[in-house]
Amino acid sequence: MKQFIAFVKKEFIHIWRDRQTLLILLGMPIVQIVIFGFALTNEVKNAKIAILDQSKDAATASLITELASSRYFEIEKELSSYQQIETEFHKGKIKMAVVLPSRFQEDLLHFNKASVQLIADASDPNVANTLTNYATAIIMDYQKRITQDRQLPYTIHTEMRMLYNPQQKGAFNFVPGVMAMVLLLVCTMMTAITIVKEKEMGTMEIMLVSPMKPIMVVVAKAFPYLVLSLVNITSILLLSRFVLGVPINGSLFLLVVESILFTMVSLSLGLLVSTSAESQQTAMFISLVALLLPTIMLSGFMFPLENMPLPLRVVSNLIPAKWYYNIVKSVMIKGLPFQAVWKETLILAGMMVFLLVLAIRKFKIRLS
Amino acid sequence: MIRQTNTMNAVEVSHLVKTYGKKKEVLALDDISLVVGQGELFGIIGPDGAGKTSLFRILTTLLLADSGRASVDGYEVVKQYKEIRNWVGYMPGKFSLYPDLSVAENLNFFATIFNTTVKKNFDLIRDIYVQIEPFQHRRAGKLSGGMKQKLALSCTLIHRPSVLFLDEPTTGVDAVSRKEFWEMLKRLKQQGITILVSTPYMDEAGLCDRVALMQNGSILSINTPQRVVSEFRNELIAAKSQKMLQLLEALKGYEGTENAYPFGEYHHVVMKKGFGMNGLKSYIDKVSAIPVDMVATEPDIEDCFIALMKDE
Repeated sequence: MKQFIAFVKKEFIHIWRDRQTLLILLGMPIVQIVIFGFALTNEVKNAKIAILDQSKDAATASLITELASSRYFEIEKELSSYQQIETEFHKGKIKMAVVLPSRFQEDLLHFNKASVQLIADASDPNVANTLTNYATAIIMDYQKRITQDRQLPYTIHTEMRMLYNPQQKGAFNFVPGVMAMVLLLVCTMMTAITIVKEKEMGTMEIMLVSPMKPIMVVVAKAFPYLVLSLVNITSILLLSRFVLGVPINGSLFLLVVESILFTMVSLSLGLLVSTSAESQQTAMFISLVALLLPTIMLSGFMFPLENMPLPLRVVSNLIPAKWYYNIVKSVMIKGLPFQAVWKETLILAGMMVFLLVLAIRKFKIRLS
Repeated sequence: MIRQTNTMNAVEVSHLVKTYGKKKEVLALDDISLVVGQGELFGIIGPDGAGKTSLFRILTTLLLADSGRASVDGYEVVKQYKEIRNWVGYMPGKFSLYPDLSVAENLNFFATIFNTTVKKNFDLIRDIYVQIEPFQHRRAGKLSGGMKQKLALSCTLIHRPSVLFLDEPTTGVDAVSRKEFWEMLKRLKQQGITILVSTPYMDEAGLCDRVALMQNGSILSINTPQRVVSEFRNELIAAKSQKMLQLLEALKGYEGTENAYPFGEYHHVVMKKGFGMNGLKSYIDKVSAIPVDMVATEPDIEDCFIALMKDE
């Protein structure tokens, strides 16, 4: 036990004296949360649009006011001819043009029917989609208001409710994702690197020719990163709660316990990488390419898994981050109890045992 | 744990073979046998690639041999490797301490890893450690080469090993530090520690109790330095002139020359049986106009090794 404590102390000294790495390790989650929270968002706000109002009556005026007063749109320009639309798009400033045909109000009142043309710049299809949806919703709202006092023969009224995230904030989605990413990065990559470093320096040789059991070396190496991860979990949760306003709806205790479980899965992965990597570069490469990329792409955090072809969906089951991501979403955002995530928890625990056993069996008690 | 005292040889190696590569194409150790007695200072001399490090790694349980047997302190290196790891001290060729830990932190760390304390065995390392003590709060990475070596030796000794394996401890260390290092080894020997030391420097062979000369994975000879020298029977001549390069060519051209090689500021010429300095001198005068100084000299251990290596 004394040996173990001495080893852990030594590891902490390594981490503490390498200020740059320490800063990156502790700063990374903060930077990621801030970047995802404020810069990388697929919500569209204040999109610049152009209006071609060929009618200029009371109805179009109030419709334009509706559009302008929403937080999604900002009217960049009032156009006077159809040709101008294309030129405006070429300038690249506007994302959408709204065309209101002549005699808009008259048509609306006399034929009970009028049309509005929405022309969107679909070079970015997601933004184009979002904008036309917003605009349609605003126009529908307007229509509802003017038909309020009239009895229409048949109407189907759809009523939507966005559960768990009524404002549809992106943060609800990426906070769990960032947690998975940061833990994986810190634990897997750093553990792999730190063990391989010891091999590279030649100190592993001395550790092997010592009474210290190999398993103790390995656990002592991983332990400081578990602690570091707890710090990171805390800072992510604090930031997302108080800066981004993402609530922790479920049990905080459960969330932390699940995070520790995932941390241990990542540490075991790191140990496994370290047994097969001979240089720090290889360790870093394996961690980044073979682990981080699939985590980002196949955990469901960036791209919805439901849309992927079957083989990829099958592969995604092997990604620990997918299960952890689901757990965090369920516990943190939906506020579900343990009963709802026991299956995912069991899978993660199974992965941890499997990886750890494999890593220990592969750990070399000799040099080659 | 109480260390078992046994009267066996400190190290026994018999018919050890080690190959590298998938097809076992690189022969690192070719049927090596040797015995090192308790308390002996045993040197393994040989050029790079002779197999010294492979031998040390097998003895310190870090590598498995293809065939043959080896034991350290009576323990078998394969089956009883855990016992060996408790009691030997091993300083690898590129021993690196933790550069971001201070001198004292390194020493304390290694003491704890070996289940002991610096205090308990300080008497063993005192002579060495006092020299680096003024820098004990300095990071190990900022020490000079000689200092690092002393700290490494201290860390290796801190658990009072019964057998000490030093793999090329003096490679890359300045001449003064090298001399000091060997004096330290002599003092450690007096404490009853068996020491196996490998080195590519032939001049260090004379400082060992016995030496084994290794080349290409084989042991050419095992003997005391005195016996190695006394077995050299040929006449040896040291020659010097203004133009050393041309002289060496000329010396090699003589029919009575067994071998000629640069040796410090001289060339050494080993004469074949029945040839002597006079014959060589008249031959050199005949073939070149350079004035040459020639003197008969006593062989030292380096001459003997060069002769042995040439025989192979």
